[in-house]
Amino acid sequence: MRLAGWLYLALAYGFVFLPVVVLVVFSFQDGRLPVPPFQGFSLRWYAQVVSDGALMTALWHSALVAFVSSGLALAMGFLAAHALARVRLPGSVFLRGLLIAPMTVSYLIIALGLLTVFNQSGVKLSLWTVGIGHVVINLPLCFAICYGAMGDHQKTAERAARDLGASEARVLWFVSAPMLAPALAAAFFLSVTFSWDEFIIAFLLSRFDLTLPVEIWSMLRSGLSPATNAIGSLLFLVSISAVILMEIFLFRRPK
Amino acid sequence: MTANVSIRSVSQRYGPATALDDVSLEIAAGEFVVLLGPSGCGKTTLLNLIGGFAEPVSGTILIGGKDMSGVSPAARPTTTVFQDYALFPHMSLADNVGFGLRMRGVSRPERRAKAEEFLALVGLPGKADRRPHELSGGQRQRVALARALAVAPDVLLLDEPLGALDLKLRRAMQDELKAIQRRVGTTFVHVTHDQEEAMAIADRIVVMNAGKIADIGPPREVYLRPGSLFSAAFMGEINQIPVRDGQTALGPLVPGTGTLLIRPEAIGLHGTLPLGPCKVEDAAFFGTHVRAHVAPLAAPDLKLTVHLPQASVVAVGEVMSLFATDHAMLEA
Repeated sequence: MRLAGWLYLALAYGFVFLPVVVLVVFSFQDGRLPVPPFQGFSLRWYAQVVSDGALMTALWHSALVAFVSSGLALAMGFLAAHALARVRLPGSVFLRGLLIAPMTVSYLIIALGLLTVFNQSGVKLSLWTVGIGHVVINLPLCFAICYGAMGDHQKTAERAARDLGASEARVLWFVSAPMLAPALAAAFFLSVTFSWDEFIIAFLLSRFDLTLPVEIWSMLRSGLSPATNAIGSLLFLVSISAVILMEIFLFRRPK
Repeated sequence: MTANVSIRSVSQRYGPATALDDVSLEIAAGEFVVLLGPSGCGKTTLLNLIGGFAEPVSGTILIGGKDMSGVSPAARPTTTVFQDYALFPHMSLADNVGFGLRMRGVSRPERRAKAEEFLALVGLPGKADRRPHELSGGQRQRVALARALAVAPDVLLLDEPLGALDLKLRRAMQDELKAIQRRVGTTFVHVTHDQEEAMAIADRIVVMNAGKIADIGPPREVYLRPGSLFSAAFMGEINQIPVRDGQTALGPLVPGTGTLLIRPEAIGLHGTLPLGPCKVEDAAFFGTHVRAHVAPLAAPDLKLTVHLPQASVVAVGEVMSLFATDHAMLEA
């Protein structure tokens, strides 16, 4: 029975991580194609990727979009969650539902909708439009995480801060945000990973400045190469780092 | 720093429910006033109105002679100690206590000095760098007290501050609260539902019931000469004997019409007011006294509760002549 359990565990993890392992392994392929057999270990594809100007620019664009859009989504989500947790408005439930609703809409639909809006209003497609798209998909997530983390404990502490002479802005800065720091960090890093990997919105809402997933997609059109594996591995490394950072923040939550 | 509080015809409603009904109350500067009553009597509502967490639907509140209408909690010369402490978990004790000073633009070293001074005042010297989660409940409440006092408020509001502590600790904290109040001289308005706590600390007790003030006065007066049947019963066990034109079921005891009130410990084998022979129905040893229920032979339906001296030995069925040493008459 014990053995069966371990076997199941190994299979489950294997199923989840085999594609990534294969991707990473063949990024070190000493040959022209990222397919078996493995012909030897080489870092030349990484060297090629790192010296590829277009790829590095795309990498920078992705990072920029991920951090700026996540910061914006977090700020908006946090403020909305704080307001809805504190004040009982008529229609609070409706407002809350409306904020979370975009989570259920497919990225393709959101991208098409935004594309129509931008075209109609004459906004030129750029990294900004990609960023706006990413705020749209990450805001519900940030809102939900922040809202879920707020409790009575938080409310009475805020009340005490106000009583001691803090303005609303200072209550948010000195009390609410630090008390919610683990949730804020979790929401931010989760948003960063979603934005970092996102393809459809980035593809439809950008024109000349491309993000990394879009750049990789255009590389793939000219055929398979271990270089795409190498850049894919780098992309994965960044995502996994963000997730690990998030875990650290979540598990070190003070009592 | 200290100031008087003047509450003038204040009413408060939550939806259709009246939380406070035309309440007026004068609190002197430096006084320790306890608002006492059962849950839902309006005591916490009144405290929130003084602190500025809500605005009354009618009436005015003045602190130090200034009308507080429309003044936010931050701008009032009041601070509050909350029942659940409401400390900032992410800050050290020094930062917690210094928070109000920080909001007033006081420099860091000065805040630190003040915080240490007030932590010492509440009996937590040398703990400035601890975090709230390292402390016990009683210690957290001391920090909350230090934090509220550090900004030198004119009026300190305490919302059932000892409610979450166990009985022994609560009694110890009461004595300290009283001592601290004497030292700082600030006006304290303290809310509780524990009448023993109220008597232990108050200069004056305000007994509240159903949004109105049921009685008001120093502990001795409220206990011995209650102003209403409600406060008579809320302050502790009491025997109520109806009086009509000087006549009671036990014969003529006092003149007038109303209710004769006698505390159980004011009944014994000697006294000024004869209650006649009574038959013991049950008795139990309570440590400090013997508590018994007796039925007067003249009116067996009128059960009296009596506290006899610790040394008395009483048997069920025994008949003894009882007297009251003290009583109060509440005219109808």
